[in-house]
Amino acid sequence: MIRFEQVSVTYEDAAAPALHGVDLTVPEGELCLLVGPSGVGKSTLLGTVSGLVPHFTGGTLHGRVTVDGRDTRTHRPRELADVVGSVGQDPLAHFVTDTVEDELAYGMESVGLPPYVMRRRVEETLDLLGLAALRERPLATLSGGQQQRVAIGSVLAVHPRVLVLDEPTSALDPGAAEEVLAVLQRLVHDLGTTVLMAEHRLERVVQYADRVLLLPGPGAPPVLGTPEEVMPLSPVRPPVAELGALAGWAPLPLSVRDARRRAAPLRDRLPAAPPRPTRTDPAPGAPPAADVRALTVRRGRADVLRALDLRVRPYETVALMGRNGAGKSTLLGALTGMYEPAGGSVLLGPASLPGGPGTARAPEARAGLLARLRHRPATGREGDTGGRSAVPHRTPPDRLLHHVGLVPQQPLDLLYADTVAAECAAADADAGAAPGSCRALVARLLPDVPDTTHPRDLSEGQRLALALAVILTAAPPLLLLDEPTRGLDYAAKGRLVAVLRELAATGHAIVLATHDVELAAELAHRVVILAEGDVVADGPTPEVVTGSPAFAPQVAKILAPGPWLTVPQVRAALAPDADRAEGAGR
Amino acid sequence: MTARAPDAPTAPRALSRLRAPEAARGNALHAGAWWLWALGLATAASRTTNPLLLALLVTVAGYVVAARRTDAPWAHSYVAFLKLGLLVLLIRLVFAFFLGSPIPGTHVLVTLPELPLPDWAQGVRVGGRVTAEGMLFAAYDGLKLATLLVCVGAANALASPARLLKSLPGALYEVGVAVVVAMTFAPHLVADVRRLRAARRLRGRADRGVAALLQVGLPVLEGALERSVAVAAAMDARGYGRTAHVPAPVRHATSALVLGGLLGVCVGTYALLTADGAAYGTPLLAAGLAAALAGLRLGGRRSVRSRHRPDRWGVRAWLVAGSGAAVAAATVWADGRWPEALRPATVPLAAPELPLWPAASLLLGLLPAFVAPLPPAPTGPEPERGAERDAEPERRPEPPPYRRPHRSEESP
Repeated sequence: MIRFEQVSVTYEDAAAPALHGVDLTVPEGELCLLVGPSGVGKSTLLGTVSGLVPHFTGGTLHGRVTVDGRDTRTHRPRELADVVGSVGQDPLAHFVTDTVEDELAYGMESVGLPPYVMRRRVEETLDLLGLAALRERPLATLSGGQQQRVAIGSVLAVHPRVLVLDEPTSALDPGAAEEVLAVLQRLVHDLGTTVLMAEHRLERVVQYADRVLLLPGPGAPPVLGTPEEVMPLSPVRPPVAELGALAGWAPLPLSVRDARRRAAPLRDRLPAAPPRPTRTDPAPGAPPAADVRALTVRRGRADVLRALDLRVRPYETVALMGRNGAGKSTLLGALTGMYEPAGGSVLLGPASLPGGPGTARAPEARAGLLARLRHRPATGREGDTGGRSAVPHRTPPDRLLHHVGLVPQQPLDLLYADTVAAECAAADADAGAAPGSCRALVARLLPDVPDTTHPRDLSEGQRLALALAVILTAAPPLLLLDEPTRGLDYAAKGRLVAVLRELAATGHAIVLATHDVELAAELAHRVVILAEGDVVADGPTPEVVTGSPAFAPQVAKILAPGPWLTVPQVRAALAPDADRAEGAGR
Repeated sequence: MTARAPDAPTAPRALSRLRAPEAARGNALHAGAWWLWALGLATAASRTTNPLLLALLVTVAGYVVAARRTDAPWAHSYVAFLKLGLLVLLIRLVFAFFLGSPIPGTHVLVTLPELPLPDWAQGVRVGGRVTAEGMLFAAYDGLKLATLLVCVGAANALASPARLLKSLPGALYEVGVAVVVAMTFAPHLVADVRRLRAARRLRGRADRGVAALLQVGLPVLEGALERSVAVAAAMDARGYGRTAHVPAPVRHATSALVLGGLLGVCVGTYALLTADGAAYGTPLLAAGLAAALAGLRLGGRRSVRSRHRPDRWGVRAWLVAGSGAAVAAATVWADGRWPEALRPATVPLAAPELPLWPAASLLLGLLPAFVAPLPPAPTGPEPERGAERDAEPERRPEPPPYRRPHRSEESP
């Protein structure tokens, strides 16, 4: 269905080709998963199928790509629109019209289908994707999962032979991701659509794939095969395959069901429970890093948070979970003073780490007399001088950043300068830190990034690390991250986990809002699940995540009823001496 | 108000049958009808400077918008246009105050120091006497402009521009889509600015004030540029701009018709405006228009587009468009009959009077508030699921000021 013949793509001003020596065929009616670390040209490969590379992006394409017999060199993207449907990462960038029904019809209108066919297909697509109740809704008012489904529906309605998807479930909560994947599988089974999909969150998709196309690294030749063949070679693997590799199962299991059938011997070999996580407890009288009591936040007329209680203590990592729109981002916003509570209170802990003066100092210690004058509170009553609590929405930003730091969903929002060095200098000035503090942090988190790089040219993981360094320059004892693993591959995620563990061990309190159950299992001491603005579950990670299938990580499902959550835990238990260091954080 | 039901068996049943139905996609009023109605009101506004009549027009438009607008994001534009109108009025007054007014007047409010200007700037005055007559004239004039804007705002709130687009001829559709996509850009930009200003707070910088706005300018523009490239790519991949093969003679005929037609329109208009060209001006204009329209129709062959559920032009659309036309016609007629009532004199100063018949005729514009389909009532305070993604910038409260005291929070 899709034929690549000796394809390589070189962008202008690039030293090396972004894609090289691709020569393979994706057969009709298969769900083909594109796998590989960040920056190996997955998006470029997808772009060549829809013709956007090189017609739209520029660059040079060598070789030939044919889709359903049409050569993309001679057919522009618009002339392939009836054969190839493509959906990108951001559904909002995909929409042309303003309501759901018009959006579903837009592609068919462009292709020129007769009105009666369009009418029927719009109705069918509404049903197929479960959008019937939303048909008149403006697109801007839909949730992320709904928008992604509309985007998929809008290309499906044209009945393309090939569907190209770039990270379709990355921004979605586990439930919405299941919905989207179920639809894709139905398409492949019922309509014979060929689906080519790139996705970082392999644990969600690999069991649906008929074939896996692996791009192992820049310049390395691609490998196409069944998931069982390819996964052992892949540098990126879902936890289920990692566990299989650890236990020496061959072929590697790809679904939880496969793995469970073979897991009985492994369950017997493991001890009854993993070692208790080593975690420093704060001094008994120490104030919490964040104290939220009966918080109600109203946006428009809707109560986004309702009488919510949450206490986060130093040395603690809390994962906030819940579906899109459950109020996670709003809670983080309230903690940073972006929303004024409609009821209840938010109190942040003192602006210094409980780890003592060695780990971080109060702002005054660092910034001389001038800064101390500037930091003097206006009212004299609610001012913090390092040792006091703060009410976020009443604390001026230049003091607030010593209490709390938030890395937003799009780390770029925090970055204004046009080079990494300028960004670091600005961060030092903002935080009143000694010149070079931020650069030192960047050097630790991002070892090989030159000073002159533009933040927009960094990869998703590098941007996150830079934003994190900028935030950490002010040494806030409470660190918030909103959906940090969106767009990160497993390697970048592993680095993030290591950094965050280290921060928690030095006394930071960390709150993660995330849909990534594997991340929560790996990192969090406590999981809080929100729904409709209420806390519906709050407890130690093993208890909360094993309690509900939607939030359980793969290892927990495989080794149930044992309380195991992650592969490193199992590895440490199997080889206590060799790998103690790796499992120590748990 | 729908008083035309005499032959029905029983009045209540007939009334309920005539009552406006609940709006849905299938019976949606043609967007063109709303725009014609609004243009009718605007025409009326352009024929009068009587502030009482203008205020009545704004009220009529506002009532219809309040009665028939939906919950969609574009439906909030009426208030935005109202504010824009006030701004225009204000600017007009400020200019009249500082730059003087050609209206002679005797009631001097204040005398500003006059800026001496060189000879070549004759006729321009900066400063000098400010008269009550001049200011009043400027106020009337500004109010007229503001009312025109409010009429456009009403059309915008009642019919999304994207729906009007569906009724454009095929040859113009692609251009129209580009315009509409460009228009959705502004709300995105506003949302971006808000998000980035909020992010400034996280960096420890002030999140309010002009400086904050200026410093996020560059990142916002970069983001906007990236987004427009992404939208363009998506549109291309979805078949925007697909063309059908058209034989060369037809293509050439199209070009000839459009160019010739436009030339005819230009010459015809020129002839009509000159003193002695009226005889051949009108036919030339008509022929030019006909040729241009034929060219557009022929040009539509190049487009392969089809339409999904285009709006139908039904009885209610006739009534809505007709009410606008009636208001315009009545005002034009009244302008000939009582010019002094529609354009109250400012020299000498006098309070404007409300002319009864012209005012009554403006009330015809209220008809859509009773005949247009009724949008479904908003379904209560449903939690905004999309809110986390900055979906509805209109409803978002501003980030709260940190100085405002709050009862229950005390720093220990």
